[in-house]
Amino acid sequence: MDRIAGIINLDHEHDVLEELTYFRCGAAVPFAGRYRMIDFILSNMTNSRIVSVALFTRRKYRSLMDHLEQGKAWDLDRTRGGLFILPPDWNDPTDISRGDLQHFHNNLDFVHRALADYILVTGSQNICNIDFQEVLAEHKEAKADVTVVYKKVDKLYPEHQLSHKLTIDDQQRVSAIHNERSEKNVYMDIFLVKKELICDMIEDCIAHGNAHFFLDAIKAKHSSLHIHAYEYKGMHALVNSIESYYRNSAKLLDADVHDQLFKQDAPILTKVKNEAPSKYLPDSHVSNTLVANGCIIDGHVENSILFRGVRIGEGAVIKDSIIMQRCDIARNTHLENVILDKDCRISEGQTLVGATQKPYVVPKRKII
Amino acid sequence: MKNKECVAMLLAGGQGTRLKSLTRQIAKPAVYFGGKYRIIDFPLSNCTNSGIDTVGVLTQFEPLVLNDYIGIGSSWDLDREYGGVSVLPPYVQYEGGGWYSGTANAIYQNIKFLNQFEPEHVLILSGDHIYKMDYGAIFDYHKGSGADATISVIEVPWQEADRFGIMNTDGNGRITEFDEKPKEPKSNLASMGVYVFKWDVLKKYLIEDARNENSSHDFGKDIIPALLYDYKKLMAYTFEGYWKDVGTIESLWEANMDLLEKDPALNLNDYSWQILSKNPNQPPQYIAPGATVQNAQINEGCRIYGTVNRSVIFYGVHVKQGCYIKDSVIMPNVQMGKNVAIHRAIVTEGSVIEDGAVIGDPSPSAEITLVTHESCALAANYAANS
Repeated sequence: MDRIAGIINLDHEHDVLEELTYFRCGAAVPFAGRYRMIDFILSNMTNSRIVSVALFTRRKYRSLMDHLEQGKAWDLDRTRGGLFILPPDWNDPTDISRGDLQHFHNNLDFVHRALADYILVTGSQNICNIDFQEVLAEHKEAKADVTVVYKKVDKLYPEHQLSHKLTIDDQQRVSAIHNERSEKNVYMDIFLVKKELICDMIEDCIAHGNAHFFLDAIKAKHSSLHIHAYEYKGMHALVNSIESYYRNSAKLLDADVHDQLFKQDAPILTKVKNEAPSKYLPDSHVSNTLVANGCIIDGHVENSILFRGVRIGEGAVIKDSIIMQRCDIARNTHLENVILDKDCRISEGQTLVGATQKPYVVPKRKII
Repeated sequence: MKNKECVAMLLAGGQGTRLKSLTRQIAKPAVYFGGKYRIIDFPLSNCTNSGIDTVGVLTQFEPLVLNDYIGIGSSWDLDREYGGVSVLPPYVQYEGGGWYSGTANAIYQNIKFLNQFEPEHVLILSGDHIYKMDYGAIFDYHKGSGADATISVIEVPWQEADRFGIMNTDGNGRITEFDEKPKEPKSNLASMGVYVFKWDVLKKYLIEDARNENSSHDFGKDIIPALLYDYKKLMAYTFEGYWKDVGTIESLWEANMDLLEKDPALNLNDYSWQILSKNPNQPPQYIAPGATVQNAQINEGCRIYGTVNRSVIFYGVHVKQGCYIKDSVIMPNVQMGKNVAIHRAIVTEGSVIEDGAVIGDPSPSAEITLVTHESCALAANYAANS
């Protein structure tokens, strides 16, 4: 059996979720009631029997490291392999690498030592439930140099503008990589390549003074490489703005979408918090809502997502909102189209209403 | 290695016959409680929260589920380099060995395990009760009083005192007499099955007890009376707080319903004393439009489309349209059809309930209905043949 090692490269992910990324990187943003963005790609790796994962991170990674610990929740606390969180640590005076190639160059040891024949490189913003063993099988069958993963979206949203798009021929071979607005084949920031080849590509890029691995080693060379396109057909959400965060969170309230993301045989794993089951008091009213554990609900909640340990007081009304971990919402409050970051306290009688497409975002630990 | 001041021994081999078919295939400490937990999570979490890092779990009856559940103890932070949790089933020894014939005999057969740690004191626990207790407090009391043994007691209503092992004490809390289920109780201090012993004293009495062919090798019936007979210093430590023996279907149901009070005596949301358990890794629960969920405790992975009222629901249960669940406990991964009505029932793990089934009796005086795999199969057979 061929083995895959994973690299999660966060270097190009801008922290653009406004208040939610003031103090944390995008990969550490809480999502879907009990998870962080990075849980999805990490769980996909674990479910695809990947046992060595490196994480390239440059900024605001305190919260991320706190969340990941030794990787135990993803079965990545291993004596051989496991999780390597690799913030910048460049000490080589002769090093001429730039951009994300600094990460690839300075962590070449990870690639060399990994007990793997293939290297899978991903970001963290594409939420999906994917089996990378299937990607590898297609990669081998196509005898490709590089396999990139894409989603053919039904409709293009503003968040897709930032993504690369693929033009694909009838052999599923990539003929062009670009940013054309009308192209619906959205590249999911996931590629697979043989270990020896990625090492050559890294050295070649550095030798030519390049600064962006995907653009310089893959996009620029697409005509000389055999790039195969793997179509991912399941639930996909690209989260790179408050608007996409809010809209894609609401999509999880649809049972079909939910089932495509949370599968019994490929569970999404996350850090354990040991919260009690959630408690619904006699006068509570909850409808069309995802509720994580440890909540105590005494009010009215609809079309919303409650993270772990949220308190909703008597007579409070919460609509179309996302309430993160351990927020405390007092009696007779009214929240609509609101995102509350962790540990916020809303005092009695307050009203917060955001616009339908543009939720009102309250930063962490705010007291209102 | 440094010796351990205190090692806990958790008696988890009991069958719990009064729980009927709930414990047909699992030991009583593995029985589910509170929407998320198994009974054994309470003593194990108490150990961790009290700073006790070495725990022997004595298993005997149907240990498979317990073995799997405890694993290397990581859920309770008991995966340690030195100490941690050890599952201790009976084993064959050069000179005999054999099944644990009583609570005291189970500890006697594991003297070698305890000797490894050279403990000064041994804490004996049972896996039958729901309670949050700081074992550090009884331990400090035990050391401070210089007792040979300290027994944790709780005040029970006088009219119920005849159901318990009752400790009679003098004015200083020293135990003068032990009455097992007395007809005319002289005290209402019931033993909670939590003991701290000086290890050298206990070891001596365990060895003597093992030689006694007439002994039933039980802590309450044999070891405690023997210590009292020899005028050893036995102290009673009075515990205040929620403590419930969940040894019967009724008491297990009641303890679950207790959690639904607005301010329950057993607070599971106390971050300073969390009850730890193995995580089933399920997505958040989903409450659908049109569902009614009131006075309920619900765990991850559930989906509720029907009505849930005054009930506790474990992980992975789908309550479909038209279902009505009242005054009930639904254990993990129960598969339920549509339009099911359940009143005053405990439905065990993985039961399959057909569309339109009506289970339980809503009258407040009715017995609690227990639904298991077997009873589901019987009902299906009955329906097929009639």
